[in-house]
Amino acid sequence: MTTAVADAAHHVEHGPAKGFSRWLFTTNHKDIGTMYLIFSLTMFFVGGTMALIVRSELAQPGLQFVHPEFFNQMTTMHALVMIFGAIMPAFVGLANWMVPLQIGAPDMALPRMNNWSFWILPVAFCMLLSTLFMPGGAPAGGWTMYPPLVLQTGDSFPFLIFSIHLMGLSSIMGAINIIVTIVNMRTPQMVLIRMPLFAWAWLITAYLLLAVMPVLAGAVTMLLTDQFFGTSFFLAAGGGDPVMYQHIFWFFGHPEVYIMILPAFGIVSEIIPTFSRKPLFGHDSMVYALAAIAFLSFIVWAHHMFTVGMPLSGQMFFMFATMMISVPTGVKIFNWASTMWRGAMTFETPMLFALAFVFLFTIGGFSGLMLALVPADIQYHDSYFVVAHFHYVLVPGSLFALMGAAYYWLPKWTGHMYNETAGKVHFWLSAIFVNVLFFPMHFLGLAGMPRRIPDYSTQFADFNMVATIGAFGFGLSQLIFVYVLLTCKKGPPATAEVWDHPKGLEWTVPSPAPYHTFAEPPKVDRTVAFPKDYD
Amino acid sequence: MSSQVHDRYYVPHDSHWPIVGAIGLLITMVGVSTWFNGADVGFYVMILGILTLIGMVIGWFGTVIGENQSGVYNRQVDSSFRMGMFWFIFSEVMFFAAFFSALFYARNMSVPWLGGSSNNFFTNLLLWNGYESTWPTNGPGDVGGDFEVMQPFGLPLINTALLMTSSVTVTIAHHALIANHRGVLKFFLALTFLLGFAFVFLQAVEYVEAYEHMNLKLSTGIYGSTFFMLTGFHGVHVTLGAIILTVIWFRVMSGHFTPDRHFGFEAAAWYWHFVDVVWIGLYVFVYWM
Repeated sequence: MTTAVADAAHHVEHGPAKGFSRWLFTTNHKDIGTMYLIFSLTMFFVGGTMALIVRSELAQPGLQFVHPEFFNQMTTMHALVMIFGAIMPAFVGLANWMVPLQIGAPDMALPRMNNWSFWILPVAFCMLLSTLFMPGGAPAGGWTMYPPLVLQTGDSFPFLIFSIHLMGLSSIMGAINIIVTIVNMRTPQMVLIRMPLFAWAWLITAYLLLAVMPVLAGAVTMLLTDQFFGTSFFLAAGGGDPVMYQHIFWFFGHPEVYIMILPAFGIVSEIIPTFSRKPLFGHDSMVYALAAIAFLSFIVWAHHMFTVGMPLSGQMFFMFATMMISVPTGVKIFNWASTMWRGAMTFETPMLFALAFVFLFTIGGFSGLMLALVPADIQYHDSYFVVAHFHYVLVPGSLFALMGAAYYWLPKWTGHMYNETAGKVHFWLSAIFVNVLFFPMHFLGLAGMPRRIPDYSTQFADFNMVATIGAFGFGLSQLIFVYVLLTCKKGPPATAEVWDHPKGLEWTVPSPAPYHTFAEPPKVDRTVAFPKDYD
Repeated sequence: MSSQVHDRYYVPHDSHWPIVGAIGLLITMVGVSTWFNGADVGFYVMILGILTLIGMVIGWFGTVIGENQSGVYNRQVDSSFRMGMFWFIFSEVMFFAAFFSALFYARNMSVPWLGGSSNNFFTNLLLWNGYESTWPTNGPGDVGGDFEVMQPFGLPLINTALLMTSSVTVTIAHHALIANHRGVLKFFLALTFLLGFAFVFLQAVEYVEAYEHMNLKLSTGIYGSTFFMLTGFHGVHVTLGAIILTVIWFRVMSGHFTPDRHFGFEAAAWYWHFVDVVWIGLYVFVYWM
């Protein structure tokens, strides 16, 4: 017993291990957060390359570059890679890095499981990406994996299903870890409602993950048994129903949408107060709005399938429930605007991304409101308008928030200020090209161009060319971000606060954050969740 | 000396078990995928992967038990384990919810619609003429051929009694642990997992009966699909729970757990109650109603 106790005392002061085994065996939340972030950036470029293949083919009408079957593989894989490989792991990486720092915890609550939930992801994506080289090619039936189409997938089918299982396993363990960390490891004086918004957003997101990832696992398991064991879940002749898959899938799929945006809300709620030099307006109402959005996300799933056929009462219910989401979302937009009102604002790169988020996410929100209306949706369904809508919420929404977060906390991670000029160039090019890329898609969709088709009528040619130019401009602009990351170490050293008196425990530790922080729980002011006199 | 360490949250340093687990999952999943695609070698790859995972679980849990016995876990670590287990069970509940939803959807929606209810008169007339919706059913296509329905009052009722009893015995064992009556604890805990394994055995008998004499198979339309997937996943969980309880029993035999600190026991008991509650849902909605 004595040796183990002495060991434990020794480990608290332990630095990082030497060599590559540090990354394989680590239990440190900062190491694991870094691995998540690097993994997601890699997947972002993999998925981005697939998107550029799609846009190249769509630059002109007719079939130019790729076989239609490969085009379908690209649209399917682009979505899977971006959702499960880029956006979600990036948020989990940020949670790993910042949640323990924001709540004054020494690490995540279950550090070994934390490492496992990361390393499952490269395994899952090895399996998923290997399908590109299989007989029959990668999955091509769309990321939603609707039967009976998905059951025509070739050898890649079981690899697709099991990679989804593994991603779900990783997400569930990550979610459990975040919940337990926040609930059990907060520094004692930090009252839950006073907790920083990023941690709050992640707490609520973790509950969403926990509730819906197992349902996705169940849905794809039914696909697997329908394919290989002769079950009839989605076979009408046996008494099942392909539409049942859509209901089960979207019971996962809609909360999944909020899994990808609530942490972004949390990030924006951190950045805007710092650069407005004011506390967040309506902190508590922001928490309640997050909770309300999370609750509503469970009762709106069928708005993804209005055209598939359902009772009129069902359509009415899902339409009104969906429109209700705009109320708590409006609260959030109002509070961000009110935080900036009469603030001493400056426009460093993180703030630029956060501001663009507020404007451009709102465009995506409004097009979502249009899609929520059953009579309108019957026209818009499966058109490029839908593509425009969800890319507006995911790219200038989730991705811009992630970029903002990366610039905001990069000095804290590396101990150096990044190149602000390069950051601003990155922002402006991204903000311009993202609109060149996605805004014309609204017009294409309203004019009737269907999604997921490699060829189109010549009347759509001009806007498609514009979108493709935007796509390459946007994709190449992201290389500036890589440049910023690679040159960050050469920048001037960052202070502990980094910015102009930002509020939060993460700014009380030195930059770069030491390998181990908050071995002893820090003291905070009960009313504001950070030490009032630290500056 | 130990009191000083007990104040701090125990953050373990490097561990190789997570990466072993990730590699084990890779081998298992690649093996089972290639096996499903028709390559027999995949089966052996899968077995290799599962053995890796079993080794990982033994090594990882062994480490945690060793640390626990050496006293480095304080109350806060204990709370982390409790919350982690609780939310893990919640995620399991949601997994079963997906299959229960499939059952309810089929019974209340897809099967009646195939029979022409609501606004589906022409679906029935033109596509499945003459099909009358009923439950249990193997669908309008008579998928899997004629079958017999599993009756609720034979083996399933005995199984219900076994699981209900085991839920009581595990609670008696828990109270005995708190009261430090180790003899009672050992007896009732052993009784619990024996009842669990008896349940699994009878479930296997029921499956053999269904396959050999009732023509009730996984491929028997939506009834066979929901019946075997729900009871099958439940059976897997009972097996796992019984193995966990067995391990806990061996730990009790080696003197682990004290009246006020016995999270491992409680986690196993929670898991056991969870499979019990799922069974009640199964018995009511799959066998009985």
